[in-house]
Amino acid sequence: MATSSEIRSAERSFQHHFSSMVQQRDTATFGMWMFLLTEIMFFGGLFTSYLVYRQAYYQAFVEGSQKMNIILGAVNTAVLICSSLSMAMGVRAAQMGNKKLMVILLLVTILFGFGFLGIKGVEYHEHWTNHEFPGPNFHFETGDPAHPATDPVHTEIYFGLYWAMTGLHAFHMVIGIGLVTWLVIAGSRGAFSPIYYSPVENVGLYWHFVDLVWIYLFPLLYLISHKHS
Amino acid sequence: MAQPQQHDDEYTHVVPASLYVGIWATLMVLTLTTVLASFAELGQFNIVVALLIATIKGTLVVLFFMHLRYSPKLTIAAVIASVFFLFIMFSLTMTDYLSRAWSTYGH
Repeated sequence: MATSSEIRSAERSFQHHFSSMVQQRDTATFGMWMFLLTEIMFFGGLFTSYLVYRQAYYQAFVEGSQKMNIILGAVNTAVLICSSLSMAMGVRAAQMGNKKLMVILLLVTILFGFGFLGIKGVEYHEHWTNHEFPGPNFHFETGDPAHPATDPVHTEIYFGLYWAMTGLHAFHMVIGIGLVTWLVIAGSRGAFSPIYYSPVENVGLYWHFVDLVWIYLFPLLYLISHKHS
Repeated sequence: MAQPQQHDDEYTHVVPASLYVGIWATLMVLTLTTVLASFAELGQFNIVVALLIATIKGTLVVLFFMHLRYSPKLTIAAVIASVFFLFIMFSLTMTDYLSRAWSTYGH
């Protein structure tokens, strides 16, 4: 049963142009989904470029992907999946009105988010110092004298897509961490209740979407092939 | 522990915590599977396996973590439509790129 403070919180958050809290909540969540669907097409453009260049320069992409650190990539995938669990449990705590648990779980989510960015930073540093960044300083060798690079110009395209796709993803992570931080501050002040928790639900949707993008980025960029270099 | 949401029977659908943990465990196992599968020599099927596993993982995230399974039909329809349009973008782009040389060099 809703407590009186929860009802006051809900009254503050109810806007007059909605007919009910249910309609207000479902509208907000549908709006968030609409935004995420534009994000699918936004990332979709990069995935389409990847598809076109991969089928055109497959060998160059294979050679580029040999430079990926599969262990760090897999660990980062696991970190993101853990962050999605803590986010989902945080939304659940908000639905049940357990403020303290919600704040703790959201802080854990932020921690996982920074963990992901830290590991990504280690990988970026490695690629940067190896000149695996497209541009005037780009330089590519397979590192295996028996199989020199067949097509470094097009491996540069692979790295261009790698930096663009993972960079855009990392940028989304930074925004996600900012949004979850906002939830922690507002939530610890008692802004949410089992009647009004749309911001928690919708930031959760955003966070899971960013996880979803990585679920595809990881196999496409890291796991192309291990046999050809 | 008293759980206030049990009285709010229509307003929210609170998913059991065990379900979330089960989804998480499945996602972790599938991540390990996709890494191991990438080391197997499957030729052209490596990418098929990788994308299949990614799609299973993505579907679990969308259905349960993102609550799509418990969402209004309007939301479900919008998400399906979005995936449909994404595939239109992929397929029309590829019909162009894969067939460009045909007019010059034949099939």
